[in-house]
Order: sequence, then structure tokens, then C-alpha cells
Amino acid sequence: MIPTEFDYKRATSLDEAIQLLSSSSEAKLLAGGHSLIPLMKLRLSEPETLVDIGRIPDIKGIREREGKIGIGAGTTHHEVETSDLLREKAPVVADCAGEIGDPQVRNRGTLGGSLAHADPAADYPAVMLAIDAEFHIKGGNGWRTVKASDFFQDMFTVDLADDEIIVNAMFDPIQSASYAKLHQRASHYAIIGVAAALGVENGLIQWARLGLTGAIGYAVRMPNVEEALIGKQPEQDTIDAAAGIAGDGLEDINSDLHASAEYRRAMIKVFTRRALEGAVARL
Amino acid sequence: MTAAERPILPKLVGERIKRREDPRLITGHATYVDDLKLPGLLHLAFKRSDSAHGVIKNIDTSAAEQMPGVELVMTGKQLAEILGPMPIGTPFPSPDHYAIATDRVRYVGEPVAVVVAADRYLARDAADAIEVDIEELPAVVDPEKAMQGEPAAVHEGFENNLAVPYVPGGTGVDPATMEVDNSALDKAFAEADVNISQRMTNQRLAPNAMEPRGVVAHWEPGKEQITIWSGTQNPHILKTMIAAQLGVGQHQVRAIAPEVGGGFGCKINIYGEEYTAAAISRKLGAPVKWIEDRSEAFMATTHGRDILAYVDLAAKRDGTVTALKLRLIADVGAYNMLLTAAVPTLTMLMLNGTYDIPVVRAELTEVFTNKTPTDAYRGAGRPEATYFVERAFDMLAHELGMDPADVRRKNFIKKDAFPYTTQMGAIYDSGDYETALDRALQNAGWEQLKQERDQARAEGRIVGLGLAYYVEVCGLGPSASLPTGGWEHAGVTIERDGRITATTGSSPHGQGNETTFAQMLAEQFGVAFDDVTILHGDTGVVKQGIGTFGSRSQAVGGTVLMNAGEKVKKKMAKFAAAMLDANEDDLVFENGMISVKGSPGSGKTFAEVASFAYVPVPLPPGVEPGLSDEAFWEPENNTYPFGCHIVMMEIDRETGEPRLTKVVAVDDAGTIINPMIVDGQIHGGLAQGIGQAMIEEVVYDEDGQLVTGSFMDYAIPRADDLPWFEMDNTVTTTPVNPMGAKGVGEAGTLGSTPAVVNAAVDALSPFGVKHVDMMLRPEKLWRLMQGGGA
Repeated sequence: MIPTEFDYKRATSLDEAIQLLSSSSEAKLLAGGHSLIPLMKLRLSEPETLVDIGRIPDIKGIREREGKIGIGAGTTHHEVETSDLLREKAPVVADCAGEIGDPQVRNRGTLGGSLAHADPAADYPAVMLAIDAEFHIKGGNGWRTVKASDFFQDMFTVDLADDEIIVNAMFDPIQSASYAKLHQRASHYAIIGVAAALGVENGLIQWARLGLTGAIGYAVRMPNVEEALIGKQPEQDTIDAAAGIAGDGLEDINSDLHASAEYRRAMIKVFTRRALEGAVARL
Repeated sequence: MTAAERPILPKLVGERIKRREDPRLITGHATYVDDLKLPGLLHLAFKRSDSAHGVIKNIDTSAAEQMPGVELVMTGKQLAEILGPMPIGTPFPSPDHYAIATDRVRYVGEPVAVVVAADRYLARDAADAIEVDIEELPAVVDPEKAMQGEPAAVHEGFENNLAVPYVPGGTGVDPATMEVDNSALDKAFAEADVNISQRMTNQRLAPNAMEPRGVVAHWEPGKEQITIWSGTQNPHILKTMIAAQLGVGQHQVRAIAPEVGGGFGCKINIYGEEYTAAAISRKLGAPVKWIEDRSEAFMATTHGRDILAYVDLAAKRDGTVTALKLRLIADVGAYNMLLTAAVPTLTMLMLNGTYDIPVVRAELTEVFTNKTPTDAYRGAGRPEATYFVERAFDMLAHELGMDPADVRRKNFIKKDAFPYTTQMGAIYDSGDYETALDRALQNAGWEQLKQERDQARAEGRIVGLGLAYYVEVCGLGPSASLPTGGWEHAGVTIERDGRITATTGSSPHGQGNETTFAQMLAEQFGVAFDDVTILHGDTGVVKQGIGTFGSRSQAVGGTVLMNAGEKVKKKMAKFAAAMLDANEDDLVFENGMISVKGSPGSGKTFAEVASFAYVPVPLPPGVEPGLSDEAFWEPENNTYPFGCHIVMMEIDRETGEPRLTKVVAVDDAGTIINPMIVDGQIHGGLAQGIGQAMIEEVVYDEDGQLVTGSFMDYAIPRADDLPWFEMDNTVTTTPVNPMGAKGVGEAGTLGSTPAVVNAAVDALSPFGVKHVDMMLRPEKLWRLMQGGGA
């Protein structure tokens, strides 16, 4: 990598990182570097200062507390993929991490980096929407909490101020959720990725949340599919009917070398069905 | 130590000996070009064109020149004052090609200026600060449009962008006059029961060696000599070309290929960056370094393949192929590089495939476009030929409802027909195509696979079987076939301590010749493997050489090494005979001893004889002191290895994603020195061949912009893209060299690519699909299953 010149500062605590971030208008956080460094390599990003948060212990690790699961933003995809706690309590999250990139990416890239960067084809955002995660964020003005459904706003655009850091993602344990992804074979980003989470009581679907990535500029829920599921029995006919309207009404579908908009539209339905089948299989 | 106490040395040739190169390569102890550090080293960065085609109106270097640490900025025009247009290795007329563009840019990534600075980062910053004003011209992108009507011209003086206007070859073509007689061709097609006709493309690929290119040039003013380190496949050619371009004698140039992290053909060419580095080092009297980054590698290192064919095949109803005709159009990109124009002629040469086809005709046109120039890429012309022929044979099999294996078997050149002169003029050395076919069918369980496929189809799954057979021209080659000369050189020295040091002009960059050549020499002299060292890659150490390409190292480099070894061995026998008071013809070299036949206890150790040769008291009559000799050798003919690759594929009915479920390869490379290394070569070749079929494709948009400029958009095969490879060999030796070895470096790319596409078409045949062009994008296959066409 031959980037433009930058200052490098390693923060030892969250507060120091926030302070360093505030001290320069062109400062960027460096965690795993797997979104930022490719941009710096191409000189599409030319930060004045890199604030390395890779060694702050407070933002790493996966814990269960008071019935909720928290993943530190600095936790690598590999740690998420191989977490026994997640495998037991929220397997969809571990599954998703295992679908990201390749082993090199998974060993360096972090949850927080992926969420903050918000690539239109990133995997985590779809799952965070489906499990209704909330992100704990700290900045110059202290703590705040943002729900995943409010966080992703546009292409590479999230609800995060320049001096704020995602500290962790919190969510309820969930079994009946699944992620299904069509891999782009070069980057291994999602051409289409769908995460589905279902709540079933008394044999009927009480609630459903579907997160979609790769289809448009940012990850979104699919409310029409969710509505089509609620109140129905979790059976194949229900799944097929709901998946059959997935993506309908969605505008500005991505189109690129790897997949046209028409193909993506068709794949939204296929992968919605697969994600729902996966979720039902875990009921 | 007595003879009885000495260990019996194991057999070496033919054994699976681990590559001695690997420990240093995998522990970070290897020295690549970028690892070199010289006092006062300056760094180059190139400003490159963002436009595919345009006139350079102005280059403003003032800001760059004023940046701290910048020593020199040169535009193409300024460099042209000290560096002429670059030489090429083919005889076709060719436009001038300067290392840095002087007046027009012709592809995205073409250099327009160079910066010399104190470090690499400053050099890049300064290159970014250069302002280039380019007046855009229409980009020439589609080769078929480029050669018709009134297209934009990539080069003045090359009407309709024809780099090579028309070369006919094969049946009815007089090679001396190029006169064409169509009577046999017309008759064969008129009388055929079945005609197959298909346009096929063999798409453009980016070689992507793990180590990008790099060069360090060091002109020493006091000595008036230059040392140039480069990640090249052929340091001796580099030396020759650098001397010619600098206008100095070859004695003033030393070229060194240090560790080279893969080449795949793209490091045969001598590039503008190498000439520029040499010229600037001489101008400044200082050492300079340039290291390519990956983005540059995608656009400034030669691409491979990119040839399309209109294929016509005539056959009888029983599957006998009576004629094959190909109209070939090669998109060579913006310039002729070292071998650019020659690569498609190798496609022509190999169009007989493994078949006794009585009428074969090819007509080749090469076209300039506003893209990165093409040159050799693993297989270089032969995978393209194999692809076209093997697709056509598969289409015939489907048309006739015959087993693809049977169609091939019916048309094979028979085992007793060798040497066999093809319609294209190649003389195949040896072959036993049926044995390798039978082995592959047996190893794959072909009949059972067909049942499994049919069963899967009955269940609604999309499953196909693909088989392809290849023959390759390797072991290049007599001097008549190579502008560099088609020989190789080797030197063998027995050191004073009895260790053997050998030099080879075959400069390996991943082929493992430090291991295989040591196996051969150790066995030749009856010494331990660890007592033999192979030196290569430095023209100051290796007196002469050609280099490593065209699967020639073992067949040519290996043979000459044995010849040099034999000369030294004969001389060593004279010293040993004097020491043992024996006849030199009665001596045996084994287990580190030289002994009289039949009495091993009587011998001298290798070290004792070597020591005596350097202090020969008394000097045996008629013998010079010392133990060192060299040899040149060139083969009378190329070698023609062959093989059969079989794959099974399942395509996801809903998404179009193809997945290989089985890969079976039977390859025949003649005599094998180290089966583990041969497996490795085949393994890598299969991966690259499958990569071309399934996931690799260089894409330009209509403005000539490179869309696949990074690994985000250009895939290369990874472990999880591939199933287990089931590999096996047959051995049909060649009479061309005494070892009987044919070469194996490229073979894996030949059969695998058409086998994969054949499997895809077979899988999609229930949808009426007869052909699909590479790469097998999921969307493309999905559309075929929707009935929408690719």
C-alpha cells in the first residue's frame, strides 16, 4: 500500500480514542483495516490521522449479560464465527461471520468496522436488522443507543458522528434465524444476502424480521415479506408466498458487472426463501 | 569410514522429494526484488493514463518537480531522447512503442511520465501531482468492429487496426507462398453428413503472479557497467535486450532474477519499466528501484488469451471428423510486446489436436485495440487451440448422440502413427492417447458418472459431465522456432570438497528445478542429494541461457545439464583411474564413492578424487587440472505431452451458480523426475484452467476503461472454489531427448478449461443449450435456464 502521508496514533482507551478522533477533522478510526486500507491504497481515502483502536480491550469480546448478548465492535469476524456462546445462543450471527470474505479478511476485519463502513453488500447489516440489534455508541457527548433499523441510512452512510465510536452491538438470544447469501466470487461480498428471524408461538408466526443486503445502496428490512408471514403457520406454503413478494416495490436495485438488476430481483426471492427455510428449520 | 560403513544412497530420479526451495519461501527468508537495498537507492513511480485513447496535449510536471525528495521527472518525450522504441521478438511489422508514451496514449495504464524520488511514497505523491491534459479519442474496444468499416485507428499506418492482417495455415496452404487452395476444404464440407458451426471466445485474463513485477537497476559510472535485478523468467534475454537498448556491450550488463514469485508467462516480456529504470540509473549514476503495485499489475502487465474463433467442423455420421476450419481473430491490445504476435500462431499450430483429421485450415487475424497488450499466459496459444477443438468435438458428440469419449477415440492419431505430421505442420513426437483416455475414464468411473448424472437429471437437478483431451507443444524448441535461440546451457563444477555446483540457464520461478536438477545430478554422480547445489538466475554466474517458458526446463535445461555432467564425470574418472591405478572405463560412481567395478571396498571417496583433481601430484598425462565443464544443447524437435481431464458439475437451478463435484486428470509428460513436483504443477495448472472457465475474466467497458481492476472484481481461484483433484499419469517417453521427458508446467490449463465448459453445456443441454462462452457467470447460466439466452 502506497497511501498519502498520515499520522498514526494508537489509543489505549475508548476515551483516548474519542479525544484523538475529535482533535483532527480528517481523522479515521483503524480497527481491522479491511474497509479503510483498500480505500487508502487507491487514495480514495486520504485521512490526516489514523487512530488505531485495535488494542483497546473494552471493545473486544462476546459476552452475555442480563439476558442480552453483546459483541464488542473490535471483535473479529473469525472470533464471531467461532464463538461457542453465539453458536449456542444466536447461531445466525456466527453463520453470517463465517460467510464474510475469506480467512484473511475474517481474521482481521471487525464487526464495528463493517457496520460503520456500511458497504452496500456487507453481510452483517442484514443480520443486525433481522435480530433487531442496537448499537451502543460513545462520542464527545457521551453514550447513545441506535437501533440497527435507524443506523443504516444510505450507501456508506450511517448514523454516526465524526467523533463517535461504535462500542458494541447488543441483541436478544435467538435460535430461529438464518442468513442466506449469494457470493460474489471475487470479493465474496453478497450479491444478495438475506437474514430472516422468526418468532413463533402457538404454531403461528408472531413476528418476523427480514434484513436484505446487496440489493440497493444500503441494508433494509423487507416489511411486505414480514407482514405476509405474521399470523401464518411456519410452513412451506407460507414461506413460498412470502418469498414470492420479496423485493417487490424496491427501487434503484444495484446493477454491475457481477449481476444485473433483473437477476438481483430474482435472487432476492430465492434467498429470502432460503433464509426463511433456514429460520424455520431452527424453530 | 570404510565402504561398508557408508550409507547406501537412495534412488533419486522418480522419487517424491520435497522441494528444497520451500523452507526459505514459506518462512520469509527468500530475497525478492523488493527486498534489495542499495546505498543511495532512488525510487521510481509512473504516472499512468486514465484514458484508453487520446492525444497528449500537455504534461505539467512543475508541481511534482518542486516536491521535496524529488530528483527527476521525465515525460515520454524526454525519455525518448535517451531510450529508443522497444524491440520485439516477432517478425511482423509493428508500430513504434516507447517505454513511456510520447504523443498518444493507447490503453488505460500506459505510462505518460516517470518520477524519481528519495522514497516510494514521495515518488507516488509526485506522480499524483503531475497534470496530464489528454484530448480524448474514441476507444477501440471490440476487435471485430475494429477491423471493419472505418474504425478509429489505434496506430497510424495499420489500416483497420490490423496488427497481423491475414495468416492462413494448414491444408491447401503453401507455407512458402501463402497461396491458398480451398478444393480439399470445400469438398470435405460439401460431402459431410454433419456440420458444426459455432462462434467461440477465449476471453482475456490477467496473469496475476503472486509477486508483481519489480526492477532494480544500478549503473556504476566508474565501471561503466549495469546490474539489473528483475522479476523475470529469463535473465539472459533481459541482459541482451538491456544492452541493445542502452547501446552498450553485453559485457557491460549483468542481469539477475532473484527469487521470482511466479510468472505464468507475463514475465517473459521485457517491459518499459525495466528499460526506463536502466536508462535513468545511467543518467543519474545512481541505483533506482521500481515495484509494481497490484493495481498496476492489472493494467500494465500483459494480459493473456483474448482470441475468438468461428469454428466449422465437418463429420460423417459415425463420428469421423473429416475437416476442421477456424477463422481466428486475436485482440492483442494496444501494442506488440516481445511475443504478442506469436502467441496466436501457436493456437494455429495445435489445431489438429490429438486427432487424425485429414483437412485442417486456420486463418488468423490479429487486431489492435485500446487495451493492455497481450502476451504469453500459461499455455500461450495452446489452451486456446485445445478449447476450440475440444468444444467442437463435444458439440459433434452431442449432435450425434455419441459418448464424448467415443468421438475422441474414433478420431485419435493411433499409437503406431508417430512421429505424426499434422496438417498444421507440427511433428508430434510420440503419443498413446487411448491408454490415457482409458485410464481417465476408469479413474473417473465414467459409466457410473453418466448414470449418476442421468439419475440427478431425473430428479430435476442440473448436472453435467465434461471430458476434454489435449496435446501441447512443449520443450521449446529448436532454434528455428525461437528468435532467442532454442537451446539451453548448463555448467557443472565439482568443488574441491567434492560438492557439486551446477548452473542452469533455465531460471525457475516456482518450477522447483533446484530440486529436480539436483536429483538428476546426484543420481548421475552417485552422491547425496544434499551435496548438489543448483545456481540460476544470474548472468554473472550462469554464462549463457535462454530461460523458463513453454514447459522447456526439464526437456531442454535438464538434458543439457546431464550433458555437462557427463563431460565432468568422464574427466573425474580419469583422475580416479590414476588414483586407483585402474582403467577409467572400469569405474563405478555410487554411494559417494568412485570404485573399480566389482570391488566397492577399493574405491576413493568423491571428496578424495575432487581434492586430487585440484592438487594433482602427479598430474595424470593428457588431463588438465580441475573439474568443471559446460554444455549447450538444443533439441531437434519440440515435445508433445498430452492428457485427458474429466469434470462433473452441478448448477444451482435457482441461481445459476456452477459447482465442480469431481475433477479427474490423467497427464502424460513423459519421464517424470519428481512426481510430487509434477503433481504440484498439474494442480496449479488445473486451478488456473478451471479459473478461466468459471471465475476469471478481464472486462473493459465501451470507453476502454478497465472494469476488473482489482481482486474485488477479478477473481482468481481459491481453495474453496475447487474440489479434490484426482490425478494420475501415464508415461510415454519422447525420443527428442535422452531422458524422455516432455514438460508439464502448462499442461493443467489445457484440458481443464474445455472440460469444465463441456460439463456446463452438458448440464444445460436439457434447456437446448449447445454452447456457452466463458466465464460461467451465474447470471449467464441462470438466463440460459430461463430460456433467455446468455
